[in-house]
Amino acid sequence: MTEQLISTTAEVIEDDVDLRQGTIAPRSGTQTPVMRLDDVSVAFGGRLAVKNVSFDVYAHEVTSLIGPSGSGKTTLLRALNRMHDTVRSAEVFGTVLLGDTDIYARSMDPTLLRTRVGMVFQRPNPFPGMSIYENAVAGLRFNGVRKKALLDEAAESSLVAAALWDSVRDRLKNHASSLSGGEQQRLCIARALAVEPEVLLMDEPTSALDPMATLRIEELITELKDRVTIVIVTHNMQQARRVSDQCAFLLMDDDRAGKLIEFGPTEKLFTDAKDPRTLDYVNGLFG
Amino acid sequence: MSVVGIPQQDGGSRRGRTSPRFSLPDGWYRVLLVASAAVFAALVIWFLVAIAIKAQPAFSTLGFSWIVQKTWNPNLQQFGLLPFILGTLETTAIAMFLAVPIGLGAAIALAYLVPHRVRLVLGTAVELLAAVPSVVYGLWGVVALAPLFRQYVEPFLSSAFGWTGLFNGPNLGVGLILAGTILFIMVLPTMVAVSRDVLATVPTEQVEGALAVGATRGQVLRKVVIPGARTGLLGAFTLATGRALGETVAVALVIGNSNYIAHSLKSPAATLPSLLINNFGEASGTELSALFGAGLVLLVIGLTVNSIARILVRRAEGSELGSASVLVP
Amino acid sequence: MSAMTLDPLSDPILERRQKIQEIAQASVGRRKAYSKIFIVVCWVFLALAVVPLIAVIVYTFAKGIAAWTPDFFTQVTKPEGIPNGGVWNAIVGTFVIGLIATLVTVPLGLLVGLGLAQFEGKLAGVVRFAADVMTGVPSILIGIFGYIALVTRFGYSGLAGAFAIGLIMLPIMIRAGETAIRGVPPQLQEAGIALGARKFIVTRRVVLPAALPGIITGSLLAVARGIGETAPLLLTIFGTQFFNSNPTKPMEALPLVIYNYSSQPYSDLVQIAWGAALLLMMAVLVLNIGSRVLAGFLQRERQ
Repeated sequence: MTEQLISTTAEVIEDDVDLRQGTIAPRSGTQTPVMRLDDVSVAFGGRLAVKNVSFDVYAHEVTSLIGPSGSGKTTLLRALNRMHDTVRSAEVFGTVLLGDTDIYARSMDPTLLRTRVGMVFQRPNPFPGMSIYENAVAGLRFNGVRKKALLDEAAESSLVAAALWDSVRDRLKNHASSLSGGEQQRLCIARALAVEPEVLLMDEPTSALDPMATLRIEELITELKDRVTIVIVTHNMQQARRVSDQCAFLLMDDDRAGKLIEFGPTEKLFTDAKDPRTLDYVNGLFG
Repeated sequence: MSVVGIPQQDGGSRRGRTSPRFSLPDGWYRVLLVASAAVFAALVIWFLVAIAIKAQPAFSTLGFSWIVQKTWNPNLQQFGLLPFILGTLETTAIAMFLAVPIGLGAAIALAYLVPHRVRLVLGTAVELLAAVPSVVYGLWGVVALAPLFRQYVEPFLSSAFGWTGLFNGPNLGVGLILAGTILFIMVLPTMVAVSRDVLATVPTEQVEGALAVGATRGQVLRKVVIPGARTGLLGAFTLATGRALGETVAVALVIGNSNYIAHSLKSPAATLPSLLINNFGEASGTELSALFGAGLVLLVIGLTVNSIARILVRRAEGSELGSASVLVP
Repeated sequence: MSAMTLDPLSDPILERRQKIQEIAQASVGRRKAYSKIFIVVCWVFLALAVVPLIAVIVYTFAKGIAAWTPDFFTQVTKPEGIPNGGVWNAIVGTFVIGLIATLVTVPLGLLVGLGLAQFEGKLAGVVRFAADVMTGVPSILIGIFGYIALVTRFGYSGLAGAFAIGLIMLPIMIRAGETAIRGVPPQLQEAGIALGARKFIVTRRVVLPAALPGIITGSLLAVARGIGETAPLLLTIFGTQFFNSNPTKPMEALPLVIYNYSSQPYSDLVQIAWGAALLLMMAVLVLNIGSRVLAGFLQRERQ
């Protein structure tokens, strides 16, 4: 079944390219924007770090944010689940819509938002002192889920989805720290998936991993598409090209704030970019 | 005394290097270090053996049961240590009963809630307070706090918690509860400073990881930060316990020094250290030996607490980041 | 099959997502309330912790300053009823005892610390264990040891006090020395060793200078800890009302003055106790703050 789904998604990628050229998507639901960024800027202590970014994140696609370091990729990503709320000096301007709701609206609770928009970090960060199982269901417990059946179901489903179930099903009670780095990162993905978010933000999820573990995570990202919409920050252009459907290229402006230079289907950005700076970057001429 | 002997690998080194005024070959340098280490180790062994030897006569005249007997009356050659052992444990228990929650809460506030600038100032202040000599706390306790306890705190405790039976008897100011409180205030800075350091070592990634799955701030602190720091926190608690158990002068000044088992938290009592400090000057014969015996008991209690701390820390270390170093402030 | 998974009603994932979001929505009020309560409790505990500590400091300042008269600094301690007593003899006693303890402890502790940092072996294990034991031992027991080791043979003396105080400082010094030396980047040492230099030379020329900020901080903290100790001195130097700068005789010291005068019924003696408490507290704080400032200065100097 999974294979079948992958092949379907592969076709969808092709179709997307067509769509942006004006044709109609063949599969219903594929081109619905899940998140819309409209004129988003982020400032720390009054200094802009990201300015005036607008693009849409489409359902069941992988959107990658690329750009040289300092271009504000991570800063922008963290604006999408209000992680900047924890930093006193940070301010976010513009509108970020999740479905129809503005995530920065007064009525939106950041903790509830974060169960809908999950996040995976650069370095694996399983919770210390918790078992593999407890790590997987930590988000559910935080969110008030107490029913054992639901916890078990979510744990298994998310560990299966993170391609970890087979190797840990017999040692769910073991410490998460007994896992390898790549496994820990997959556990963190499982932890994020267990609350069944609509969008999963990934902040350079393979930057601390070896090539084999990286490959495994990349395969996983492609497999996860039918379950969750993914926005991934990566400094690895080849990775962006391998895993993403849409790609946003950011670059530091003269005033040292990150700006969106170009957004579009990944293949197009890598082969036929409109902006010369995008071409230079994807061809490895700087950054 | 420049070059005493030329070890094998030293041959090439004399080239191109200004000759030092004073030098030791590796062998002699090693001897120097080993000798210093041996001096220290010998002092510690001497310390342990000396107290044991001096306490020995008490054990040979009185056996072992005197340790848990209830009466201390040198005139009748009765040297029961039970009142003092209980006093030591009770004052420490009161101190830790207050210090664990308050110290942990204050450390969390200091590490995660207080604005950055205030954090630095307050953090430094707490570290400095940890250095204030205990006799100053004792002086403050006996002069400033004892009257307050007599007039307000003890009457309040009696009326509010009298039903527990823990607060019977007259309000004297000095007594178990004041000693426990002074110990609490005295160990608090150490406790807060060490706990704050340990809590701050919990990686930001883990805090963010919890926030990112929808945890509230309180949940992050309770479910991720505290468990993540548990090893070091345990270290902080046992360190504070050890201090409270062994504190002498601050306790001796405020506990009221009674040789009888306290029947109320307001009663005067004594601890092993306060017994020692109050009676050492005039004691002789079996009494002096019994005092050394009391010292031996205190030593055993102190070392036990220390060993437990180390075992707990080591066990916790097995799984997560080790914070054993925080045991030494 | 694929159509089935896409049907929102039978898709187990969408179903679960809805269930979880409902639970999260329903519990969010309660969870945030708990969170608020927890955070408020932490703030209250911080206040509860800070208030008594500020009270101790403010009280000591207020009472102590009043006692700081010229007589306080120039006269010796006098028995109750005799006016114009001071603590000059105690200041000298604390200084002499502290100095002797420091002069012996700092080099010895540093050598032991060096040994721990540079050599591994059975002895290192024993020494580390011994240092752990000594840090955990109640200070009164060190006083008893000083009494057994020196007082029973040579009588009460400043030297016996310095011995006891030194034993309290020693493990602190050893740990500080070891930590500071281990903090020196190993490349620095290896470079020297690779050049064929002797370990001693490398240590003296490279390791010790690099570890100096840590060593100085550790020494000052050890001194600050040592001079505030009361119980060991009570058992070793006895205290005396006469001026005495000869450490082979009984001496007076500031902690003793505080201890002995604090429960006296005479207000002038209690006042002197406060003055001594303020003086001792200031000395300890100056050593502590000084060690930080100096360490920071040396660190900056290096860069």
